[in-house]
Amino acid sequence: MNTHPEPASSRPPRVVLYEGRGAAHLKAGRRFEVLHELLEAGYAVTRPAPAPSLDHEAAVTESHGEALIVLGEFGGGAPRWEDRAGRAAIEVVDLAHGDPLDRVHSSSEQDHAPRQNGWLPWFPVIDYDRCTNCMQCLSFCLFDVYGVDPEGKIQVRNESNCKTNCPACSRVCPDVAILFPKYKKGPINGDQVRSEDVQSEAMKVDISALLGGDIYSTLRDRSQNARKRFSTERDESKALLERKKCLKQLKKDLDIPDEVLMTLPSAGEIEERARRAKEKMEKRKARSKSEQDRRSATTEEWGI
Amino acid sequence: MSDREPRTEGRGDSGRILYCHCAYAKVVPVETKREVLEQLGASGAAFEAVPDLCEMSARKDPALARLCAGGSESAKLRIAACYPRAVRWLFHAAGTPLAKGAFEVHNMREQSASEVVAGVLNQEGEPAAT
Ligand code: SF4
Ligand code: SF4
Repeated sequence: MNTHPEPASSRPPRVVLYEGRGAAHLKAGRRFEVLHELLEAGYAVTRPAPAPSLDHEAAVTESHGEALIVLGEFGGGAPRWEDRAGRAAIEVVDLAHGDPLDRVHSSSEQDHAPRQNGWLPWFPVIDYDRCTNCMQCLSFCLFDVYGVDPEGKIQVRNESNCKTNCPACSRVCPDVAILFPKYKKGPINGDQVRSEDVQSEAMKVDISALLGGDIYSTLRDRSQNARKRFSTERDESKALLERKKCLKQLKKDLDIPDEVLMTLPSAGEIEERARRAKEKMEKRKARSKSEQDRRSATTEEWGI
Repeated sequence: MSDREPRTEGRGDSGRILYCHCAYAKVVPVETKREVLEQLGASGAAFEAVPDLCEMSARKDPALARLCAGGSESAKLRIAACYPRAVRWLFHAAGTPLAKGAFEVHNMREQSASEVVAGVLNQEGEPAAT
């Protein structure tokens, strides 16, 4: 399931694991246990240096709007904390009294507890040092993940629309500029891109072969042969057979999960999307020439 | 009280440390994460630990701005996470780019826990990727 990431405004509180003045110094095992449990549950943790110093104050009072929970063994005499800027609510939780995670959970407002909707952070990340703004990813992705910013630059627009474990768009990027940090293999996972990767056919997929038509004009240069073959195959059953073969190949080459293959829109729908994308791109290019339109374009949406 | 005294030797500057727990995927070996977190905790160094940088980037979490602020060439932000290219562009995608030369990334997918810990604590060793 891939549901939406929570908006930043509802982010969970940050926990400060405090061992400074007025609190006990934790045993290493206990400290690890608490840290691990909090991180697994989705809480960010600040661990200030144990020696009493100004750093403690800074850590505790450095809220950027998020609520803070100070966690420590206070021996009954928990100190009071205040946010210098007066922005954050600071709660002090004594580790000695009950399970730390339960205490932190119950201190967080219900809506702000992490991992509320189970969204898995799987989405493409663009390496702009490599990206040439060719828009192949925008044309290829069927789930509106990509968009264009007001300056006409490609961007990842709807992260949560991305299909979990599907790295397909990274395989159509001619410049190996799309990363999926949680992918198993390099260079898609962010590992160094070698010259072999850029040339490697395993990285490149001729998507037009799958659909049997001149759909992705931006992929034209790499689809010449495939299109020639399909243009001679007017027989429907042959075309269907070929499409099935391509699906199988695509699954293998692109590592696309079954679930995603099952949800591919029809060729007609894709054709329509590609036409709309092209239209918008051309319109955008024309409009960006005008000074006046450049000013108004900042608020325009370019999702297709 | 502690079974171990705070240890801060080897810190060549006052740079900050960021540990990513990669909580929502199994791409970082569990043992490496465990050892790095354990050793960081025992080191006495101050650090920030986040559940999952990917998830924060997708949410454009304003905390990322706080985490990358203050890094400089002389006091780098030292990050224990995964591939440097991934970490760099995740911050960028969130609208909070890491300043060039002001950070270094130690890769828990490729390096051993002790290499990562030595790196983020700025002890002896090879310079990390930035
Ligand atoms: S396909 Fe690759 S190079 Fe082209 S716009 Fe997308 S990310 Fe950039
Ligand atoms: S940045 Fe790397 S280590 Fe951190 S959550 Fe993402 S994939 Fe995992």
